[in-house]
Amino acid sequence: MKQKDSLIIGGHEFTSRFILGSGKYNLELIKAAVEHAGAQIITLALRRANTAGSENILDYIPKGVTLLPNTSGARNADEAVRIARLSRELGCGDFVKIEVIRDSKYLLPDNYETIKATEILAKEGFVVLPYMYPDLNAARDMANAGAAAIMPLGAPIGSNKGLCTKEFISILVDEIDLPIIVDAGIGRPSQACEAMEMGVDAVMANTAIATAGDIPVMAEAFKKAIEAGRSAYFSGLGRVLEKGGSASSPLTGFLED
Amino acid sequence: MENINEEKRTNHMEYMEGMEILEDSTVMEDVIKAMNEYDYNAYTAEDVKRALEKDICGPWEFGAFLSPAAIPYLEQMAVRARDEKRKHFGDNVYLFTPLYIANYCENYCIYCGFNCHNSIRRAKLNMEQMEQEMKAISSTGLEEILILTGESRKMSDVKYIGEACRLASKYFKMVGIEVYPMNSSEYAYLHECGVDYVTVFQETYDSDVYERLHLAGHKRVFPYRLNAQERALRGGMRGVAFAALLGLSDYRKDAFATGMHAYLLQRKYPYAEISFSCPRLRPIINNDKINPKDVHERELLQVMLAYRLFMPFAGMTISTRERAGFRDRVIDLAATKISAGVSTGIGGHGDEDEQGDEQFEIADGRNVEEVTEAIRKQGLCPVMNEYVYV
Repeated sequence: MKQKDSLIIGGHEFTSRFILGSGKYNLELIKAAVEHAGAQIITLALRRANTAGSENILDYIPKGVTLLPNTSGARNADEAVRIARLSRELGCGDFVKIEVIRDSKYLLPDNYETIKATEILAKEGFVVLPYMYPDLNAARDMANAGAAAIMPLGAPIGSNKGLCTKEFISILVDEIDLPIIVDAGIGRPSQACEAMEMGVDAVMANTAIATAGDIPVMAEAFKKAIEAGRSAYFSGLGRVLEKGGSASSPLTGFLED
Repeated sequence: MENINEEKRTNHMEYMEGMEILEDSTVMEDVIKAMNEYDYNAYTAEDVKRALEKDICGPWEFGAFLSPAAIPYLEQMAVRARDEKRKHFGDNVYLFTPLYIANYCENYCIYCGFNCHNSIRRAKLNMEQMEQEMKAISSTGLEEILILTGESRKMSDVKYIGEACRLASKYFKMVGIEVYPMNSSEYAYLHECGVDYVTVFQETYDSDVYERLHLAGHKRVFPYRLNAQERALRGGMRGVAFAALLGLSDYRKDAFATGMHAYLLQRKYPYAEISFSCPRLRPIINNDKINPKDVHERELLQVMLAYRLFMPFAGMTISTRERAGFRDRVIDLAATKISAGVSTGIGGHGDEDEQGDEQFEIADGRNVEEVTEAIRKQGLCPVMNEYVYV
């Protein structure tokens, strides 16, 4: 393993590769979840921070953790840009995860609008992490538009179905020089581990943890799985033998004759 | 009450002057066709079991969940509904309260306390009174409000509603309306005033029953009401809510039509946020005999679970028409939103007394603090607002 293995996003350095979501569960559990997850980045819906009343999510997030506000609620690039600017005004920092969703059923991201928002916000100095459907051309456009990392989905948000888009994510890992962070769909620690084994740079999870019986313990299970996957990636996975094992050399054996 | 015999009643399928017609839309025809073809007695226990195993549920599965054959499978439906709800909304339960700003009404709907022939105290809040009410509601911690009026274009015109909503957006993060249906340009105006959500109850999708219950007024026009959500979306609203008032007609057919209405509009406008209300008939002033007939709590729960399984991503509101014990359980299984500190009369939140009578009797009079506590007791998380107006 390398001496130091850090995740660099927009010039910021992180040692944890687990990005924790904060939606869908009790605010009082956020602190424990962050600690057990060892997370240094936490996402939050700006729509949840945008509250004057008693329950402001920002009050529940431990100091020193980098906020990654998302633009959920945006249906096009223009709305995403407005939400991102509002988030900066509210003191959520310069990081933003762009989420543009024009489908209320499956909540699939709109890559085209996301590229447009990435370009505008990157020019305004935001550290932009676009959430996207894993399409190589779109990912290249996002990279060229100034994205700091790419966040392809593993499966529809909240589905806990795992790495349904595995093949396409591995193409992004291969082709895109930015960090690749699998976001959405990861339902189990083993799936997070599998993503890390593939060479993904980080994993983001929310629903899997929010809907667990014991939230802090599940957060910790994810942390360990992500670390295990990272180590496996660096150590070089062993070859998987096809059924029946590896025969000698049926096609080139004649060279030995 | 005035008796309007059949000959005197206008054609309820004909638009009145000034009502916008969506010439290019077939949504109403498609909903009615689906409802007419829905034969709930045709489903068997095997069908229900098969539907429960399907990952993505369509209209056929929805029909199975609403059928009599599904009654023995309510527990299994509840287990799956709870999972779906958690997947999409986690522990969150959203709170809001309705604010009735006027109860003048030009409609004659025989089951409604506001109907123009019911002798009740009528009132309309002025801006100052409204602000008092809003301040009082806001001080309870609520951040979402639903502005309601009786259906009188004369006494509560669009501008009056718009001003009320502009004022409401000063005190609340999220403003919805439940007022008379209007044209898309009027919805666009209200959207500019800060409104993003429109609720319209169709009451019943059976146009013959509808005709017999809505004897006079704008509301008598069945197609104009049915197409309100589509006009609202065209006017730029983010979300629309649907409901049949259960107990008016065949509730299974009505619930099926409500679901299909939402389903077809969401397919046509995929970005629309969809939500359901599940009201049952309640007693009103001068008629305490009104009741939801064959829709008992079991039937109501079946409808709610069927909506949840059919459209797992949709919002669902549970009304104060239901008792606290029922409401507290269904926020874990199907409903995503619950009202608190409710009055269906005009005024009465602030220091001044109520000035106009209520629309119907409520069954859960708990305040915001009590409802919040009940949510926490279920291990769920009360959320005042998760929305930003863009």
